[in-house]
Amino acid sequence: MATSAPVTPGDTPGTRAKLVLGQPTFKTVNEDIASIVESKPTPKYLLGLMFAASILLVMVGSLVKLVYSGVGVWGLDNTVFWAWDITGFVFWIGIGHAGTLISAILFLFRQKWRTSINRAAEAMTIFAVMAAGIYPAFHVGRVWLLYWVFPVPNQMSMWPNFKSPLLWDVFAVSTYATVSILFWYLGLVPDLATIRDRAKTKLRYLIYGILSLGWRGSHRGWLSYEKAYLILAGLSTPLVLSVHTVVSFDFATSVVPGWHTTIFPPYFVAGAIFSGFAMVITLMIVARKVLGLEHMITIRHLENMSKIILATGSMVGYAYAIEFFIAWYGAVEYERYAFLNRMFGPYWWAYWSMVSCNVIFPQLFWFKKVRTSIPALFAISIVVNIGMWFERFVIIVTSLHRDYIPSSWTYFTPSIWDISLFVGTFGLFLTMFLLFCKFLPVIAASEVKGVMPQADPHGDDHHGKDEEAHAHG
Amino acid sequence: MADAHDTHESEVVLPEPDKGELWGMMGLFDTPADLYHAAEELRDAGYKGLDAMTPFPVHGLERALGLKPTPLPFLVLGGGAAGLASGIALTWYVNYDYALNISGKVPFSWHIYIPVYFELTVLLSALTCFFATWALCKLPTFFHPTMRHKSFPRTTDDGFFLTVDATDPKYDSASTRKLLEKLGAKEVEEVHS
Repeated sequence: MATSAPVTPGDTPGTRAKLVLGQPTFKTVNEDIASIVESKPTPKYLLGLMFAASILLVMVGSLVKLVYSGVGVWGLDNTVFWAWDITGFVFWIGIGHAGTLISAILFLFRQKWRTSINRAAEAMTIFAVMAAGIYPAFHVGRVWLLYWVFPVPNQMSMWPNFKSPLLWDVFAVSTYATVSILFWYLGLVPDLATIRDRAKTKLRYLIYGILSLGWRGSHRGWLSYEKAYLILAGLSTPLVLSVHTVVSFDFATSVVPGWHTTIFPPYFVAGAIFSGFAMVITLMIVARKVLGLEHMITIRHLENMSKIILATGSMVGYAYAIEFFIAWYGAVEYERYAFLNRMFGPYWWAYWSMVSCNVIFPQLFWFKKVRTSIPALFAISIVVNIGMWFERFVIIVTSLHRDYIPSSWTYFTPSIWDISLFVGTFGLFLTMFLLFCKFLPVIAASEVKGVMPQADPHGDDHHGKDEEAHAHG
Repeated sequence: MADAHDTHESEVVLPEPDKGELWGMMGLFDTPADLYHAAEELRDAGYKGLDAMTPFPVHGLERALGLKPTPLPFLVLGGGAAGLASGIALTWYVNYDYALNISGKVPFSWHIYIPVYFELTVLLSALTCFFATWALCKLPTFFHPTMRHKSFPRTTDDGFFLTVDATDPKYDSASTRKLLEKLGAKEVEEVHS
């Protein structure tokens, strides 16, 4: 039995590493989390925020140019009518999936280790969906007519085409964004009340008092609250799977060789979880260090996430293989050509970047040394994100650039505005994430307290003993 | 960090207590286990208006407090049904109002609307769930009588309160206080709205 604070990073089969290291009490958990909100921003933080905001300005500039001149500023042509824009959209939507997966699916599976990462991962989801939303919103060309994508009654009896996957996308993505925000906010309320109750200034008391809706932790409230959390988790689970499924329908329901395959929905969902967890690892490694939360976001958390990356990365690799098999086995000339062209055509470099980033590198996570090494985790998580961007690029551009008629074949090259907009969306994402880290509790304090050993009303308050040592009856 | 925090004089001052109607009595415990046992004792003594205020949900406490389960799941079911109905009505009406002929499909081919039905079902369920939860918690509110207790801020930190509503027929200032104190409650106070 591990008695006092093991700093050993991993899990042994008998006793697992603790979820909160050190000798935490309810008070120190509060103190560690709330003091981030209460302290003055450090110069390093401000510098980081300025950096992120300046990239955000790149996005704003790119959008101004786009609206002013039209979609023609991108490198698109008649053959490759979708490229970096949809790649960016699918890339960001995919990243958003990890947050909901952690908050909903791991909750339903009673994975207690999710508690210290779910809040930040959910926030990341919302900001990723915001970044994703930029693309379809501006790709319509006249962004001020965007409301036409919704079924708004009008005197022309003009309705969107309900038989199109693009309309399903509107419903799926807007529902996903709404439900993610509701779920996130529901989880935030008890912690906002904590900040309110610790407030020493009237302004902070007022702001967090309004945001926390007057929450006071009444058990009659907790009863409905916990049920609501469970229900929202239950609703979000099929929802998160449906979103990338519907996104994949954008491609799968068309007749373009390389897109028209039934494997797309599960393949896209696995890829989304894969990329999302990679992004969570990247952000958490930085955040735990900068915010001093290394005893709450432990190596065990990072290691568990790397295992999920390994599993979903292998699924993605399997999907790449089976796509080829089906293209060969299906014996359709165009399908066969599309896949050979992907591997050995003019975009071979993109294809092989994708395979090495997504299939080969994550296999290093079979080794515990790699899973528990922060530099290795950080490097592989970034490699995975690069690989997943290439995956979407490969699917979209290599399938389009050589269609049925050789006379319309072309080679897509991005314009400077394609690149600047994509870079700029990182500015939006990072700015929002940094603001979140400063103004809202980054870790769900009430949930962390709930998984601490002394939270069990039937235990006898063994501070600092191993959590598994007295499993509750 | 903690010490620096406590030495600062707080600007946050609530209005003078004991001016309004009696709300009930609050007693403070240091651990969930103490609260749990005290709640069982009060429940067995016949109190009906019990509640607790805790920094995190203490599982099983509703049994010790004698609380009824929440009706939330039924409300969400209603919301979901309304969402599904709205999806069917929307897709039907749109195709009745202006039938688009897309690759020869019949105007109302319901299979193709399944994504829309699903998303609207989830959306309305989630909205119902979110708003109904706050309604069942009687929130939002900016003020509650319990906030007058001087240790109220500990409810979201490390304090565990047991509360008894003044509307409880067994409620009696002297005897309820005595019982709470006997069970180990500290800072037993009556609070007024």
